[in-house]
Amino acid sequence: MIQFILNQKEISTGLPKGMLLLDFIRYHQRLTGTKIGCREGDCGACTVLTGELKNGELVYRSVTSCLMPLANAQGKHIVTVEGVNMGGLNFIQQCFSDQGATQCGFCTPGFIVSMAGYCLRETSVYDQSGVDAVNGNICRCTGYKSIERAVANIEEKLNERTKGNAINFAIENNILPAYFSTIKERLAVYHLPVNGTGNQQGNPAKFLGGGTDLYVQQHDTLPEEEIDFLLDKNNLKGIEQSGNRCILGASVTVTDILESPIFQQYFPALNKHIKLVSSTQIRNMATVAGNIINGSPIGDLTIFFLALDAHILLSDGITARELPLRKLFKGYKALNKTADEYIDKIYFELPGPNSHFNFEKVCKRTHLDIATVNSAIHLIIEDDIILSGFISAGGVGPVPIFLENSAAFLKRKQVSPEMITSLIDIAQSEISPISDARGTAMYKRLLLGQLIKAHFISLVPKEHFKDLMNA
Amino acid sequence: MKNIDSYTHTRGESVYLDDIPVIGGTLYAACFDSPVAHGRITSLDLRAAENSHGVVKILTHKDITGINQIGGIIPDEELFAEGLVHFCGMPIALVIAETDHQARAAVKKIKVEIEPLHIITDPREAADKGELIVPPRTFKIGDCDTAWSKCDYVFEGRADTNGQEHLYIETQGAYTVPGENGVIKIYSSTQAPTAVQRAVSKATGLPMHMLEVDVTRLGGGFGGKEDQANTWAALCALATHILKRPVKYSLSRMEDIRMTGKRHPYSSDFKIGLNKDLQIIAYEVCFYQNAGASADLSPAVMERTLFHATNSYFIPNATATAYSCRTNLPSNTAFRGFGGPQGMFVIEAAIAKAADELGVDAMEIQQKNLLKTGDEVLYGQKVVSEANECWNKASSLFKIDSIKASITDFNAQNDLYKKGMALMPVCFGISFTNTMMNQGRALVHVYTDGTVAVSTGAIEMGQGVSTKILQVVAQTFSIDPAKVKVNSTNTYRIANTSPSAASATADLNGKATLIACTAILGRLKKIAANQLNVEESAIEIREEAVYANGIKTALDWKSLVLATYAQRISLSEHGHYSTPGIYFDKTVEKGHPFAYHVYGTAVITVTVDCLRGIYEIDAVKLVHDFGSSMNPVIDLGQIEGGLVQGIGWMTLEELVYDKEGRLRSNALSTYKVPDIYSVPKEIVVEYLETQQDNLAIFRSKAVGEPPLMYGIGAFFALRNAIRNFDPKLKPAFDAPMTPEKVLMNLYPEKIAALTGSPATEIINEPAKIML
Repeated sequence: MIQFILNQKEISTGLPKGMLLLDFIRYHQRLTGTKIGCREGDCGACTVLTGELKNGELVYRSVTSCLMPLANAQGKHIVTVEGVNMGGLNFIQQCFSDQGATQCGFCTPGFIVSMAGYCLRETSVYDQSGVDAVNGNICRCTGYKSIERAVANIEEKLNERTKGNAINFAIENNILPAYFSTIKERLAVYHLPVNGTGNQQGNPAKFLGGGTDLYVQQHDTLPEEEIDFLLDKNNLKGIEQSGNRCILGASVTVTDILESPIFQQYFPALNKHIKLVSSTQIRNMATVAGNIINGSPIGDLTIFFLALDAHILLSDGITARELPLRKLFKGYKALNKTADEYIDKIYFELPGPNSHFNFEKVCKRTHLDIATVNSAIHLIIEDDIILSGFISAGGVGPVPIFLENSAAFLKRKQVSPEMITSLIDIAQSEISPISDARGTAMYKRLLLGQLIKAHFISLVPKEHFKDLMNA
Repeated sequence: MKNIDSYTHTRGESVYLDDIPVIGGTLYAACFDSPVAHGRITSLDLRAAENSHGVVKILTHKDITGINQIGGIIPDEELFAEGLVHFCGMPIALVIAETDHQARAAVKKIKVEIEPLHIITDPREAADKGELIVPPRTFKIGDCDTAWSKCDYVFEGRADTNGQEHLYIETQGAYTVPGENGVIKIYSSTQAPTAVQRAVSKATGLPMHMLEVDVTRLGGGFGGKEDQANTWAALCALATHILKRPVKYSLSRMEDIRMTGKRHPYSSDFKIGLNKDLQIIAYEVCFYQNAGASADLSPAVMERTLFHATNSYFIPNATATAYSCRTNLPSNTAFRGFGGPQGMFVIEAAIAKAADELGVDAMEIQQKNLLKTGDEVLYGQKVVSEANECWNKASSLFKIDSIKASITDFNAQNDLYKKGMALMPVCFGISFTNTMMNQGRALVHVYTDGTVAVSTGAIEMGQGVSTKILQVVAQTFSIDPAKVKVNSTNTYRIANTSPSAASATADLNGKATLIACTAILGRLKKIAANQLNVEESAIEIREEAVYANGIKTALDWKSLVLATYAQRISLSEHGHYSTPGIYFDKTVEKGHPFAYHVYGTAVITVTVDCLRGIYEIDAVKLVHDFGSSMNPVIDLGQIEGGLVQGIGWMTLEELVYDKEGRLRSNALSTYKVPDIYSVPKEIVVEYLETQQDNLAIFRSKAVGEPPLMYGIGAFFALRNAIRNFDPKLKPAFDAPMTPEKVLMNLYPEKIAALTGSPATEIINEPAKIML
């Protein structure tokens, strides 16, 4: 049985735990405001909110219901557009209507729900803008300018509120219906999570985290399979610091990383880096372990952690073993891992005072897109000498690549245009890109060279840009 | 007035095809389509699928009760493949099952064997082999052959534009419901109810009067549902006809992208001649349109390319020839602009090429050659031009000179980033180029409580036409808009509709509504005159009150309506409008095909990251000829939305077909439309309000398609930014200008070093996206 609150209604259902929340909402509950646009998390028309209690606080996130299994709704408050409707238009809806920010209307409920999530969000270490809140919503009609104007009106309203008062402010200002004030209490009686393994027969179950990749590939078959749901397992959560070591639970989401004070402290350009990773909705769902285990040659977080030479702890529930992340990938989507092993933890040494870290990603569309080529670098430089330098590269081979020869070359080098030219030559010998819908092999080669340059340019003062560009 | 749908849209209460409550007994359809782009079906094994859980029936061409033919302009399009397959995605069989899931599961169990035949994806190859949809056509003014000798400069080149996926967020679909005596009600996500009705009639063999097509609204169309909604409606209706059960099919995104056509890719050759004063003396262009596997609307799209071959310029000697080339791709179709943008891109490329070679700014050539009122264009129409007014207003208002100077400054100070700018003038003709289609109808009922219902042939798909129709009614009767209801578009109420297309929907249906309302109003006034004992001409209705000789009387709208009813006078009217004064003679390719033209000029500035090859559109500032906008909020939305769609086509939207004719960019993860971060940081829209009369409804000029073409300027601004990085670079006129093309164009030497061969062979090979 999966139990949760859908808008105001208590749901208790015995439907398959892997069924997509989208199908449950539309076809079992007949809440047709939530639309189907792509079923791969790329359009946001199916956006809903999940509210859950975290350390006693009710936290709302926007998610794409097309990639979310029912199991991951357990014990949560699920909000669809019908759940934000009041008598007449609420403030968000009024702003969209006034600004002409809806044309064909098909994407509109998704935008409204994303903005509702924004209005329910307490400011945190990561200060999101209203536009950031709808960055996973695609509109084909408006050209977004009217949406920007509506969002600006909403932001203006929110400027009036005081800290820690998001829900009450929303209720008092006709932004959301009054029942939101009862949710915290109502959720407290739910147990979270039940969604351990649905597998009692000893058959190997599929592991599923946020679902943002598996459901794209297998949305028609997964609902009927045995699944071990990992997202809400308490032992897989949390980001901790122990000395210089940072330890992440496998089910830490991209948003968790973005909002982590530890990451914010040690990665000053974190917001810039993470802005290049999918969309708000997907970041709210996607887990770090999922990104790694997916084995995609272009996984953004994988590339990020490869350059940090992160290690993973693999477990089958009984025994655990440690593995450097760079040893995980054997071939295209082939992993150094047995079927019953899952990632338990990920850890790495935090950058020190002499560390320089950078992440680069280029795709056809700068945001909400899969990388054509991505790359990260972690240099430790003392007295102008590189003590160690790790570079990772994605999209240029069958797996996410830790550039070993490049790392060996970088040791005890000084940064110079000549050094970078040689480094790029070495990197070129370590990659084997292919032509596909994201770009030709030649482009990917050229691009990786440019991104390596970009890494160094991001580390040096502006007056040296030109020399490095010409490298 | 705000879009009347915005209330239900923002609340998620608007009903689209997949939201219609299903009737008990509804079956679900799913299509099995060809995995091969060209070949002969040697065997089709349906046994496993037929035995699959929940399957009721599997239809193939053998089950068609009418004819296996749904071609609109030319009968060259089979509903189901019969013997040969002509493109990847061509329907071969339709599974009907108790649930959607069961239908899709059964589709996977169908096995087909296809003997491969030669696959053509390149329109030039098709032209070489004589694979043409229709004979080529040529539009001509003056005489190029003798004009070349009078030119001081002559340049030649090639220009290519890729296609564009419509990506309406609501996918295609249909839901068909049987009624008594064999009639079928068809819910369809279509821009063309009558086209659906005809296609269903052909496939089922049922006469049109037994087929009721009903459309409340679309979740986007953009041309993609003008002709290509027919297939799904015909398939479902055929199943309903045979099984006597309701049948629904709402396509998945991947089915939709794979099986439907897109904007036509074009490959073109141009030759342009100028004199020393930069006046264009002669222009010759040859278009190779990639039509895909069948005609669909391609001949009409090709025609509009010819109409717009010289864009906003007066060229005394011009010859434009177009070939509609049959290839093994899904049949390409209407898309906002309808061939016009493809034609305009080439003349802009020709001007840019001349500017490169002469070392002048393209905008100098553009400005010198803008159309003036009275100029004759190559199809013989003498235009009423606002081209110079738009250009001059843009130039002074946006201070083009100072934009140019600030770009020069920026580029001098920055190595990593380079800016570029371009101007894009647009002249777009309004009317269906097929004169016959320029007719519209409206049915207006006034009820005895004073409320009004109106039905027209217009389809609401986000462009706000329902709101404009409502405005026409409310304004003509001078009543509260809340008293007016715009009903669904339904072939039982309005017959023989033209598609909602060609930017003409509000004009044709709005004018028909105006005619109907005016007729009813006349009858009301007559009753009022009688009651008040004054001349009919003395009666006026203002804000629901009746005025006689300018003085408010005790008679109000509601009592007047009741009184009229009591006198047994009709409170209903069916209005018919046909655009006056338009004609076109195809035997000489001359005439007056357009009711009027819409003009505008956009100034586009971009910044290229010369390290990474990525870019941002900084600003688009434009002056647009609205005539006199009847709804500035809706019209602004059309400008902004059309512009961004055009920029998408020119920048990041890239269709990638492989040599086997398979679409590789077949999902939202691989086909990228603009997101909120990628649109211009600033869009400024200035209204050119004009006072002269025109044929638009309330003088509010059509606004659907023209703004898309401002986006073409993004390509040339990016190209200029690349040239500002290195003036020696001459990027090919090959749109879209993706980040890949930008980077490859910026660093030809590096590519040469990486490959050991000259870079020009790689980066200037327009067909290279055909992997």
